[in-house]
Amino acid sequence: MATSDVKLIGSWASPFVIRAMIALKIKSISYEFLQETFGSKSKLLLQSNPIHKKIPVLIHAEKPICESLIIVQYIDEVWTSGPTILPSDPYDRAIARFWAAYIDDKWFPSVIGLARGQLEGEAKEAAIEQMSVGFVLLEEAFVKCSEGKGYFGGEKIGYLDIALGCFLGWIRVTEKMIGMKVIDEAKTPCLVGWAERFCADSAVKEVMPEIEKLEEFAKLLQAMYRAPPK
Amino acid sequence: MADEVVLLDFWPSPFGMRVRIALAEKGIKYEYKEEDLRNKSPLLLKMNPVHKKIPVLIHNGKPICESLIMVQYIDDVWKDKCPLMPSDPYQRSQARFWADYVDKKIYECGRKVWTTKGEEQAAAKEEFIGCLKLLEGELGDKPYFGGEKMGYVDVVLVPFYSWFYAYETCGNFSVEAECPKLVAWAKRCLEKESVSKSLPDPHKVYDFVLHLKKRFGIE
Repeated sequence: MATSDVKLIGSWASPFVIRAMIALKIKSISYEFLQETFGSKSKLLLQSNPIHKKIPVLIHAEKPICESLIIVQYIDEVWTSGPTILPSDPYDRAIARFWAAYIDDKWFPSVIGLARGQLEGEAKEAAIEQMSVGFVLLEEAFVKCSEGKGYFGGEKIGYLDIALGCFLGWIRVTEKMIGMKVIDEAKTPCLVGWAERFCADSAVKEVMPEIEKLEEFAKLLQAMYRAPPK
Repeated sequence: MADEVVLLDFWPSPFGMRVRIALAEKGIKYEYKEEDLRNKSPLLLKMNPVHKKIPVLIHNGKPICESLIMVQYIDDVWKDKCPLMPSDPYQRSQARFWADYVDKKIYECGRKVWTTKGEEQAAAKEEFIGCLKLLEGELGDKPYFGGEKMGYVDVVLVPFYSWFYAYETCGNFSVEAECPKLVAWAKRCLEKESVSKSLPDPHKVYDFVLHLKKRFGIE
């Protein structure tokens, strides 16, 4: 398949884009990566995702697919010769989707406020609490889904590993910012091991951004969000 | 082995209606359990400890939560009858996209229409109609979002039709005047028993909304 047949519009720092990159790596798909400029949106992005105007957007044979989890499922369904990403059992699939939705709808909003440095005092404490509670739930989910193996997906990385693991770089940056660990040996021992395993995986390590680069980028984000009130 | 299917639900919930339609389309026999949301049953709290919300599908004792996930699960398990998702991966991605859009926009925008007034309500109405027009555009000239037959997006969106009368009356506007093709589509879906038996009478929904407004002190 020609490289130009598959394009990914995104940014190296976005966990949602990283999801798509990991999925493409798992399936050994070559693609052209189109880096968006921070602070502006390209014409191609606005044309390909006119409704949400967000990254990532996968363009396959000139047809756009939007929303990171939808992209990951698409990749899994189109390129069937590589390792599978979604579980094969319908119930396991429903569980994986449930936790991915939880991550996006409940857990991520609490983290984004912290990462953007927008929160102070009580609001900050509440976000930290929400993030920690989320991890304890995800630790329990890990124990159930992994069935004693190394990943949410069992023997290998799967949908839920990708859905959560994409945030690991940002989680490290946030931990440094707030001065405490949220994935720690005491409360989430399984996730500690999982995080190391995930980041070391061949499909992940090349696309996971370096912490130092992310910290620099975080400063840019914070400056943007702390800008004078509108 | 006979399947044991239980649905924990609340009659006006559009999310619950989606699951009722999917189960009916597939001809699945199930036990419907009405929840009192002010006094949630121990079963609900046990089956959905994370969100404590309805609907919850319990299949042979195992819970599945979140309506979109439940509809996809029903489609996956009972795959030989009335498939709801398209078979082509690109069309599947588009179906998921629009279902996600409905979830992100329709419930919240609709809710703002009946819970606010004045300028806030005017803005909510405009946004709500905008979302419906976008969906109407996506429908185009097809009889259903799924094409010739009802599919995933149809099942996900049509429950909100039962709330249109409530939105219209609270917001003083007509969905049919703004989006005639969408209303025609909804009426087409209602010709199917799986839909007509799953949606409550819109006047009952409106009475329920009035009751909620009174309870929450919204004029």
